[in-house]
Amino acid sequence: MSARSDSALPDGEAEGFTVPGPRSLVWCLLAVLIAGILAPWVAQQTDLSMMWPEAWHIPIQHWITDFFKWFGNDAGIGPLKVRDITRAISAMMEVPLEVVEGLLFRGLPDWGISPLPWVVVVVGTGLLGHWLGGIRLGLFCALSGLYIAVFGLWADAMRTLAIVLVSVPVAALSGLALGIWSTRSKRAAKGLGVVFDVMQATPHMAYLVPVVVLFGFGQVPAMLATVIFAMPPMARCVILGIATVPADIIEAGRMSGSTRRQLLWKVEIPAAHQTLMLGLNQVVMQTLAMAVIASLVGASGLGQKLLFSLQQLYIGKATEQGIAIVLIAVVLDRLTQAWAYRAPHYEPEDKPWWQRHRHLLVFAGVLVVSVVLARFLPALLTLPKELTISVGKEIDSAVRWFSKNAYDYIEPTRDWITIWLLLPLRNFYLALPWPVVFLALGYAGWRLAGVQTMLLILAMVATIALAGMWEPAMMTLYLVTAAAILCVLIGVPIGIWASRSERVARGVMAACDTMQTFPSFIYLIPVIMLLKVGDLSNIVAILAYAAVPAIRFTYLGLRRVPLVTNEAARATGCTPRQRLFKVELPIAMPEIMLGINQTIMMALAMTAITALIGSRDLGQEIYKALPGADTGRGLMAGLGIAFIGIIADRLIGAWAMKRKRELGMLD
Amino acid sequence: MTDASDDVKISCRNLWKVFGEDPHGFLARHNGTPDSAAFAADDHIGAVREVSFDVRAGEILIIMGLSGSGKSTLIRCITRLIEPTAGQVLFEGQDLLTASESQLIELRRHKMGMVFQNFGLLPHRTVMSNVAFPLEVQGIGKRERWERAQEMIRLVGLEGRERNFPRELSGGQQQRVGIARSLAVAPDIWFLDEPFSALDPLIRREMQDEFLRLQQMLSKTIVFITHDFDEAVRLGDRIGIMKDGLLVQLDTPEAMVRNPANDYVAEFTKNAPRERIISAGSIMTAAPAGAAAGQGVAADTRLGDIAHRVLTSDEPVPVLGEDGAVAGVVTRQALVDALYGAQPS
Ligand SMILES: Nc1ncnc2c1ncn2[C@@H]1O[C@H](COP(=O)(O)OP(=O)(O)OP(=O)(O)O)[C@@H](O)[C@H]1O
Ligand SMILES: [Mg+2]
Repeated sequence: MSARSDSALPDGEAEGFTVPGPRSLVWCLLAVLIAGILAPWVAQQTDLSMMWPEAWHIPIQHWITDFFKWFGNDAGIGPLKVRDITRAISAMMEVPLEVVEGLLFRGLPDWGISPLPWVVVVVGTGLLGHWLGGIRLGLFCALSGLYIAVFGLWADAMRTLAIVLVSVPVAALSGLALGIWSTRSKRAAKGLGVVFDVMQATPHMAYLVPVVVLFGFGQVPAMLATVIFAMPPMARCVILGIATVPADIIEAGRMSGSTRRQLLWKVEIPAAHQTLMLGLNQVVMQTLAMAVIASLVGASGLGQKLLFSLQQLYIGKATEQGIAIVLIAVVLDRLTQAWAYRAPHYEPEDKPWWQRHRHLLVFAGVLVVSVVLARFLPALLTLPKELTISVGKEIDSAVRWFSKNAYDYIEPTRDWITIWLLLPLRNFYLALPWPVVFLALGYAGWRLAGVQTMLLILAMVATIALAGMWEPAMMTLYLVTAAAILCVLIGVPIGIWASRSERVARGVMAACDTMQTFPSFIYLIPVIMLLKVGDLSNIVAILAYAAVPAIRFTYLGLRRVPLVTNEAARATGCTPRQRLFKVELPIAMPEIMLGINQTIMMALAMTAITALIGSRDLGQEIYKALPGADTGRGLMAGLGIAFIGIIADRLIGAWAMKRKRELGMLD
Repeated sequence: MTDASDDVKISCRNLWKVFGEDPHGFLARHNGTPDSAAFAADDHIGAVREVSFDVRAGEILIIMGLSGSGKSTLIRCITRLIEPTAGQVLFEGQDLLTASESQLIELRRHKMGMVFQNFGLLPHRTVMSNVAFPLEVQGIGKRERWERAQEMIRLVGLEGRERNFPRELSGGQQQRVGIARSLAVAPDIWFLDEPFSALDPLIRREMQDEFLRLQQMLSKTIVFITHDFDEAVRLGDRIGIMKDGLLVQLDTPEAMVRNPANDYVAEFTKNAPRERIISAGSIMTAAPAGAAAGQGVAADTRLGDIAHRVLTSDEPVPVLGEDGAVAGVVTRQALVDALYGAQPS
């Protein structure tokens, strides 16, 4: 394998190829391009449409839908019906949710407990922030809480938060259990690995459909979908964390006479603490993202309000709600990260206990004082409407003013891009004959990763075709390709720019970190505000969400170019430009490709969200499947997106691995 | 090696550890004794091959060998951190390889201690809590285990650092924690796998002194791995040299230096500090009649201590036997031959 590509490399280099790679891939792309350009013409001339024939469709979707209907309603063993089980699960999840909601904003009248005064929640979050991450984090947390209260979003925010607070422990614990199981049994590890791969490539929304069928609409199904969705990253982190505990630490544990259980709980898990905490961070972030999207299945909360505002084009309100969601996301992210990186430390025992538990004491003080004061001053309990503010109207009129003045410029630009760039790309994809797609993907899979991958890829493409999703799949590809190209065009230069200066890097990376914590929903707001509805809006929203990995990996890839290599290039008299294009970028290319890979995965996930503002792709199929609980349609569309992601991932991953091996950069 | 068998703490009999697809099948295919050619022709690795030896109570046995020669694998087999493929390990007469998991845990809790090359400290625990860990898993109450741990910490000279975390300590200090932890259960037998290799030369020297001081107080049975011959000579009573999984030679440093079993061993001993290894008794020649015992030296005096005298005085230096009478003399010629090798003339 390496001999072949070795021989391909030098002459590629000699011709001054700036993007090195197996030539076959370039040929492959060329062939696809030519075929794509010729195909519409050939089709016209010969009246021979190369679309996947209708007759070859298999009604998989109906089967799945019928199965879930039967499963949810009639299936069961004897008198015990699946329906009863799902009801029991619902009831079980409902109890903790009601308690948490009651504490946060509703109150528990049965128990005579009034909700926590909002002041307590705000101050409590601030104290938690201070305890975990110092004064700045504390202030940020408290101010975020204050924003939510003052803008009158308290109850909705607490609804969303309640879903998160109840789902996170369930998801984290199940993830932990699955992860531990994987480390114990090779067979479990293999099986779960495959399942997780598919689960993580399937967009959030696709989870909602089967859950709706089995559990109906509302908070609880939202929570269940959330738990299922957030579990794999946790399990992954557990597996990774335990696998990377140094061998001698484990041996030391065994030599100390630990039993297997002691080894797990006293050695492996604590030693993997940091990775586990990062897993928890991911669980929290995924949970929040899902809690927002779950508004589509009737979960109330900030997400639902935002969805409503977007549908009604209340941009000002949407902005306020969006900011609230972003603040919650950033607060949760920073809190869990601060917790993960908190070095274990030891409070000297000679300090009096009230000094060791200062934060707790202050919180208790605030709690007692607020609860007592709230009896006389109800504004402490819930901020009355008169005291909240909203700048929604002002934002609306600002947007209106902006549109009136700027739309004359924006509209022609948008239309020009759409007509001259997007439509040709779209027609190209739609006209691609299916045999060409099969051949091209199969060939690339075979050359890059071998027969097994080729078969996997062909099976996935065939499933998409057989299920009758060819056209929406091509539309998805079109959106993702357009967005990915833009991501590269914008992200890679930013990454390069960041790699040139420490200061820029710090700013750019901080921005990337923050952007990545936003739930994808949020990006729809500015897009609708500026571009109204249309293909370009979808693409720009995807771009905004998915550009981060392209930037980050370009930066990291360039940073990892060995210093000596760079010095050698300078010593041979390269200009900075030559150095970049002839030395640094080729070496960083595998890393950059991995970034693009992630960008594609995120773009695919985002297509499911942008379906909300209209499109004809697989995301739209999911969206349409929701109200009628058409499980087959939704699931297959979700799987279709997952398959596209997995194909891209396998191909790009295989290429990057191969290239890294050739460059001797494999660690 | 022919001592009374009740003096033997650990005894390995034909111990094998083969890595690969099917170690047992591989051994069986070669009638239990594959040779180097068999390993070369197969994907299997013979990490430990037919190793037999005894460790006597109270001795320091050093295992040496190049990287990859199977030292770590050998003591991991003895402690059953990994399963040997074939053979026998007797610990005070009990067969370890048939011991159940719970018996093993008992043994590790009370009889064995181990120090690791990379320290193997638990990063999330303080020094105190690391040292107390073996006691904790035994279920010993907090007060008692902290007292014992405190004692160990004092023993290795780390008082005042009890509340620190491993990452806050230097390499030498971390290894002291590892030593304290392995001693906390007062083990009978102490395994050390290249405990000082990760340390710089000065600290290493200091830790060796520390080790000798501890051993004088504790008199444990010790198996110590190193690939530094100087260290082996400084610390060990006997040295075993491994090559490609085989135990090539097991002897006292002196015997090894004087009679290396093959070129591989000779290569190890080539740069050994011979003046600190070879004793006067081993190179003495018959005393000329009437030699005076007056200024004689003991038979176990190292050559380095008498070299000056032998080389500067005209008379050979007398060596005294156990009874105090002259047993022989060290001549200039014998000394030079022993230190620098006999020149064929
Ligand atoms: N888990 C394993 N699987 C396969 N081979 C192994 C395994 N552990 C050790 N080996 C092989 O067994 C041989 C002996 O390894 P071992 O770690 O015992 O060497 P060592 O003498 O301790 O070396 P060092 O001085 O580097 O620590 C090596 O060839 C090594 O590659
Ligand atoms: Mg070793």
